[in-house]
Amino acid sequence: MSVTTANTVAEANTLPPPSTFWKRFSRNPTAMVSLGILLLITLVAIFAPELAPHPPAKSSLRAVLKPPSSLYWLGTDDLGRDVASRLIYASRLSLVASVQALSIALVIGLPMGLVSGYVGGWTDTVITRINDAIMSFPALILAVVIVGMLGPSLTNAMTAIGIVYAPRIMRVVRGSTLSVREEVYVMAARATGCSDARIIIHHVLPNIVGPLLVQSTVLLGHALLAEAGLSFLGLGAQPPQASWGAMLGTAFPYMAQSPVPTIAAGLVISVTVLCFNLLGDGLRDSVGRARRSGE
Amino acid sequence: MNALRYLGRRAVSTVPMLLLVGLITFLLIHITPGDPASVVAGENATEEAIQEARRRLGLDKPFLVQFVTWLTSVLSGDLGTSFTSGKPVTELIFERMPITLSLTAGATLIGLLIAIPFGVFAATHRGSWADRTTILVTSMGIAAPEFFIGLLLVLVVALEWGILPATGYTPFSEDPIEWARGLILPSLALGLGIAAELTRQVRGAMIDVLSRDYIQTARAKGLSLFSIIVKHGLKNAAIPVVTVLGLQIRRLLGGTVIVEQIFAMNGVGSLAVRAVFHRDLPVLLGVALTTAIIVLIINLIVDLSYSYFDPKVRAG
Repeated sequence: MSVTTANTVAEANTLPPPSTFWKRFSRNPTAMVSLGILLLITLVAIFAPELAPHPPAKSSLRAVLKPPSSLYWLGTDDLGRDVASRLIYASRLSLVASVQALSIALVIGLPMGLVSGYVGGWTDTVITRINDAIMSFPALILAVVIVGMLGPSLTNAMTAIGIVYAPRIMRVVRGSTLSVREEVYVMAARATGCSDARIIIHHVLPNIVGPLLVQSTVLLGHALLAEAGLSFLGLGAQPPQASWGAMLGTAFPYMAQSPVPTIAAGLVISVTVLCFNLLGDGLRDSVGRARRSGE
Repeated sequence: MNALRYLGRRAVSTVPMLLLVGLITFLLIHITPGDPASVVAGENATEEAIQEARRRLGLDKPFLVQFVTWLTSVLSGDLGTSFTSGKPVTELIFERMPITLSLTAGATLIGLLIAIPFGVFAATHRGSWADRTTILVTSMGIAAPEFFIGLLLVLVVALEWGILPATGYTPFSEDPIEWARGLILPSLALGLGIAAELTRQVRGAMIDVLSRDYIQTARAKGLSLFSIIVKHGLKNAAIPVVTVLGLQIRRLLGGTVIVEQIFAMNGVGSLAVRAVFHRDLPVLLGVALTTAIIVLIINLIVDLSYSYFDPKVRAG
């Protein structure tokens, strides 16, 4: 995880009331623009069949590697398929795959972090050490190795990315749980005889939503990037599936003859990841008690 | 004496982490669907080869014994045999490691060459348009994938301008100039993202250092801004920057997987990708373990460098 991300998450705190949160968030133009672009991409993904000018898989051998034109906005690929339509459809796979990877990371990382931070002692030491050991592996290499073990496919690639990013979720959840555990309301709940499970679910979990939301947003960007990387290498989305990374991978060998498909796919990936990062920064600035006390 | 004790303590504390990294690598064998022995022995393996793999992995023995058996062979340098090339995995990795390490070193160098001047400039011109531009450009640099930067570099610098080679790697011993020329584009592809992250760190750390009392004193004594930055600023700002650099090297090692493919470099990353397609598990496990060990060694060096930059760390 980048240090920007670490700071982003560390500086976030509990979630303020929705109205305060939105007031702060809407005052941040960068975050608002990022949210707008991400919403637009999501809408494009949802309404892909209506928006795409051509069927994404329709190939025409008479229109191979055509430059951009009024008929083919971003030109055609090596099989004569419309690049713009494929990019529009690929947004579905890329976004869904990122959410899938994040969900896996949450399913593994969230309970581990809650238990580690809340129980403490040896349990915490063991989980933290295992976490640190997993994080010693370069993320992409570990993902490649896991895909190698499970076999190349988009589902396996996203499972691998989910496993690789789970320690990042765990680390943030643990850190937040450690500080929430010492809060007066948690002690009060304990004093009134609440069970640990009830305290974790009803008191700890709602109060770590802020940092978790920030980390999840940033990780969505990372997952999208990792999916693009693995699909570019041919280890993720398999033909005829199209994700942005897979499109970049298939456009790359023909880059000298037709550079537009490569540039278009690369730009879409970069802009989406940038928006997730900036949205994460904006969320960090909008949650957190330090800011709240100042208002 | 204190420094030596610190060094020893820090080195010893890496050992449990090494064991855990080994354990996780070993566990990876067991996430493979099906019988690990037949998977490790390869797709068309004979029954004899499967039995041999089972014996080598110790699969008929208790888990702990299996792990110790595996660890003993790893410690003696035996990471198994690649069943696509028939060569020992250790040999395959060591053959390719100079390429990956040259690439990582080149990217780190580019990262530092860009980050230090730009970060210092942004910090000393805080709030100016140059500072704001630096923040914007670095945000974009962090988000831009290595493979996209790499593809653009190939497209413009190699194919359009034709000034640098688009693919291949020349060993240093063969031709040092071609070695350096061949490394420029892939190192840039890998290093620009790191440069963006490091520039932000240098800027942040430098802003913090420049607000300290000793800097104000140095200024009051009439020292020029340049000598204040060089003599006092950089060394004191180094700890957070070195920490990030350590973390970034892990990202660089991961990034080599993609950059090596784009620039057709036969490094450890390419070895891993090819191993996925051939289901060459010994190679995959070997690459995972070796790169994790490199990361741990770099973490150790980063920790030890703290004591150089800040004697308080050494004193304990």
